Amino acid sequence: MSVAAESRPVGVDIQENEENRALVEAIEADNDDLTIRHMPGMIRLTKNGQLVINQASVEARLGRPWETHEFQLAIITYFGEFVEWDDDQIIIAWKH
Amino acid sequence: MTVPAQKPARKLSMKQRYTALTHDLDWTPTYVKEEEVFPFTTFEGIKVHDWSKWDDPFRLTVEAYNKYQAEKDRRLYAVLDGFAQSQGQLGLTEARYMNAMKIFLQGIPVHEYNAHRNFSYLARYANGPGARFAALCQSLDELRHAQTEIHTLSHYNKYFDGMHDWHKWTDRVWYLSVPKSFFEDAQTAGPFEWLIAIGFSFEYLLTNLLFVPFMSGAAFNGDLPTMTFGFSAQSDESRHMTLGLEAIKFMLEQDEDNLPIVQDWLDKWFWRGYRLISLVAGMMDYMLPKRVMSWKEAFELYFEEQMLNGLFKDLEYYGIRPPRHVDWAIGEKEILSHQVYWILYQYSHAAAFTTTIPNAEDQEWLEKAYPETWPIYKQVVWDKAQRVMDAGGRYFNPGLPQLCTVCQIPMGFTEPGDPLTQCQRQTVYEGERYDFCSDGCQWIFEREPTKYRQSWLPVHQIFQGNCGGPTLPDVAAWYGLQPGDGAEYLGSPDHQAWLEWHGQTTKEA
Repeated sequence: MSVAAESRPVGVDIQENEENRALVEAIEADNDDLTIRHMPGMIRLTKNGQLVINQASVEARLGRPWETHEFQLAIITYFGEFVEWDDDQIIIAWKH
Repeated sequence: MTVPAQKPARKLSMKQRYTALTHDLDWTPTYVKEEEVFPFTTFEGIKVHDWSKWDDPFRLTVEAYNKYQAEKDRRLYAVLDGFAQSQGQLGLTEARYMNAMKIFLQGIPVHEYNAHRNFSYLARYANGPGARFAALCQSLDELRHAQTEIHTLSHYNKYFDGMHDWHKWTDRVWYLSVPKSFFEDAQTAGPFEWLIAIGFSFEYLLTNLLFVPFMSGAAFNGDLPTMTFGFSAQSDESRHMTLGLEAIKFMLEQDEDNLPIVQDWLDKWFWRGYRLISLVAGMMDYMLPKRVMSWKEAFELYFEEQMLNGLFKDLEYYGIRPPRHVDWAIGEKEILSHQVYWILYQYSHAAAFTTTIPNAEDQEWLEKAYPETWPIYKQVVWDKAQRVMDAGGRYFNPGLPQLCTVCQIPMGFTEPGDPLTQCQRQTVYEGERYDFCSDGCQWIFEREPTKYRQSWLPVHQIFQGNCGGPTLPDVAAWYGLQPGDGAEYLGSPDHQAWLEWHGQTTKEA
């Protein structure tokens, strides 16, 4: 039985530290119905359909320029697929 | 003279930079044939029509790669320095925690290095520039992982046993043949099978189970260096997962004839990888004094929810089905860690880690995490082991175990649905009998008997006289084990040192 990509969860685990606080807040602000789970040293964010990270939202909270490449310093793991990774946005979703 | 204000040249976008600095640097050879330049990408039967379709979603260039990897290393080494300087080993939950790290250090860095070698080979021999560059990045990552793991754990080697000869142990000691045979099996396959084995099955499907709960567990047990190198390595793993996913989708999209080959590899490597990380199940549930989650919960979260309900629904589009024998793995989630740790417990006199009976606090946790299965194992295994201890002894299995020919784990797994009947499968091939722990391992053997009949099985090697001699002291000497490396934790040099350090700390305070 096939379950549509829009209704299946995707997610990302991020290191929980001061450096990443703005990033997590930006993800929370830009993604409705986000599920958040704290584990020692890390925070797990999951959501049905797609998860979006916007450069502008991160920069607004960080107070300095932030390249989307910097996301590599924060991420521990993810599930889904990077369907978009550009200067201004990263999107994790299933393609099918 | 005034210079007219000039609009600065528009910077290339991330996508344009990636294309310009990876794909556009490629050229088509004209005075040699393509198959002479790339001779290894056809014999496995995978058909590729257009290598330029292989893309890296991370859009990395050499410059971006160096910049962020350097930053990762700076952060990691700052933590390592601080930990060493502040005598961080004193702040661990307990000395027995280190046993999990010993198995990790003994079993993994050499294979990180092997992965570095094999990805270097792909960085040269893959036909397309997208695949070559992603493989080059991963090759450098794997080298970094080997180095950071060794650096991280070298501090502990000053204070704990079981860490001094990991390099030699990797090649010789019985339980370390489990990861060794896994990685060497993958390395001796062709490049596409390697990508499905390591890139997809290990990195995307299963590595979360190895790293994430384990490193979060390190954070929970005061092990700052391991947490930091683990998460730092894991940030590279996200890229490796992406490469693995890109690899499988690339093969499936290039030609539909690739589907049965890919499915077959996926079936094989899921089970190979799953059996390998069963060691992690034992470590997570029994060797961490403070636990973040149980193996069962991690399996449900990182495998069943993410992979079976997420990834495999996606791959269904290409005709891929969930891996063969996956139901067997699901059925084992309640019992796997109990069985693995019991194997480690009874043979730790011939190992470079120590074990001990779960204490009252551990037992309470196990009871809560495994209300159905823990009471069974407590009664048939641990209560007896405790009676031996109470009488002044310690139960070690005096014999040598039979090993599964494929996964090389001692035969200690059980029949599906029956946690007390040992599972044993046999296949006769050209007049010789081979034994297996499960249908999964038997199926893998029967697919490629000429490969697995060559397995270097540690117990067979001892009996053949290739491991220093016939007695346990002979073999231990050949392994390079020293007193204190193995056996019982309570009363071990590590345990005594731990009590002494903390006795002193209390007195001085």
